[in-house]
Amino acid sequence: MSGATLLWRQYRFERRLFWRNPSAAFFNFGLPLMFLLLIATVFHTDKTELNTLIPGIAGLAVMANTFTALAFNLTFYREQGILKRVLGTPLPKGTYFGGIIASAVTNAVFQVLLIVALGHLLYDVSWPKDWVALFVFTLLGVIANGSLGIAFAQVIPNFDSAPAYVNAVFLPAIFISGVFYDDRHLPSVLKGIAEALPLKHVIDGLHGAIVTGQGVADNGGAVLALVLWGAFGIYASIRWFRWE
Amino acid sequence: MDQHAIEVTDLHKSYGDFEAVRGLSFHVARGEVFGLLGPNGAGKTTTVEILEGYRERSSGSVQILGHDPARATRELRRQVGIVLQSSGFYPRVTVREAVQHWSLLYPHPRDVDEVIGLVGLTGKEDARAGQLSGGQRRRLDLALALVGDPEVIFLDEPTTGFDPAARRTAWGVVQALKDMGKTVLLTTHYLEEAQTLSDRVAIIKDGVVVAEGPPAELGVGGDRYRVAYDQNGGRVELETEDPTDLLHRLTGDALARGERLQGLTVSRPTLEEVYLELTDGGVETETEVE
Repeated sequence: MSGATLLWRQYRFERRLFWRNPSAAFFNFGLPLMFLLLIATVFHTDKTELNTLIPGIAGLAVMANTFTALAFNLTFYREQGILKRVLGTPLPKGTYFGGIIASAVTNAVFQVLLIVALGHLLYDVSWPKDWVALFVFTLLGVIANGSLGIAFAQVIPNFDSAPAYVNAVFLPAIFISGVFYDDRHLPSVLKGIAEALPLKHVIDGLHGAIVTGQGVADNGGAVLALVLWGAFGIYASIRWFRWE
Repeated sequence: MDQHAIEVTDLHKSYGDFEAVRGLSFHVARGEVFGLLGPNGAGKTTTVEILEGYRERSSGSVQILGHDPARATRELRRQVGIVLQSSGFYPRVTVREAVQHWSLLYPHPRDVDEVIGLVGLTGKEDARAGQLSGGQRRRLDLALALVGDPEVIFLDEPTTGFDPAARRTAWGVVQALKDMGKTVLLTTHYLEEAQTLSDRVAIIKDGVVVAEGPPAELGVGGDRYRVAYDQNGGRVELETEDPTDLLHRLTGDALARGERLQGLTVSRPTLEEVYLELTDGGVETETEVE
């Protein structure tokens, strides 16, 4: 069987697992949409707020579907002994993780598009002015957040403690990175922390792509930050990976 | 060099200062069922996990079907089936989906329904893994290890926690594997299981083999006989390599005193007794060795 067929089967298997786990499907997929609908409904007359909120929620969705989902899943698979079991089969490691990662990326990309569409159709936010930038920043966001999620799973001791570990990163990150409001009024210390983390750069890139029409070249700093985080995430995932 | 399915020579494994395995050697012929026995901490699981390719050895050589498991290639993985001591599964996948999906990882898999039948999960095909009982999940482990039609199968305590009926079913599976000419390496706590299934066993203690051979021969412990009788309300046990001479003296003395030797038995030690003796797990008995 060819590598592509094997990867496709592995991907389909992961998709089936995703839809059979209603609580994970809700937290990764439903939560960003719920935030969007609730907050946008409150601020539906405030154009500036909506222009902040739509890219913000899109960035949140990228993080929830890659960082959070992969940190949870890999901790669970490791604790259950599934990783060790797979290691004992002829399935190439790259194909196995390829299936898991591709499934997470599917959720992230689909949700970014859904949020952009809902923003336009329900709240009159413009269609993205720069589709290339939307694609590039979604991709960079997925790589950085996904690899950091896998790396973070190596730090989480067991599945029981996974929600505490993940939310200790996820919740502060979304509040300081300008998901719900313009971060200009944030105290400079928090702003500095947000600048150092990847989520703000994903949101800045998506904001430029959707609202202001800033392209990839206009957001060179964000690109650089995401590339560096992605490189660190990939290195750390491989260097410290725990099979059991 | 390829005549043995498994060849282990002078295997060593240290964790820091602790030497878990210290110079272990044994081989398993093709088509043989080999039992690895030993108390907890003897180095059984460490050894098996080195053979399976999960751990790296400190020194020595290991060959599985002519491959070094430390460089576990896909070629070797295709020919080896592994039942780990404990491992869970995706709880929301059904038995048939699991076996079906696993079968696609191998070039020449066995028929999915046949494997499900072989391990005794017929009727449970549509049950999700999370709904299976402990014993049924263990059968699923076995099915996933067998569906690729491997040449060598590692079974690390495959029947722990089984009720006697489930254990009989599992024994039937191992017997079926043997009939197919497969090589099986089995670790177990149950001596009866080792005795029933294995062509040969090795007893390991503190990381070395302390006895090796067919269970029946280990059981007789070379040429040892145990002679026991009751005396003054206690039991006297004597071991000897020459029961004829011993019995002649004992019965002669008894006759001379005009007594009877109550409860006289002559036996050869069972595998369990040999095991307990070699691993220091035995109950202290008043034993004199001739």
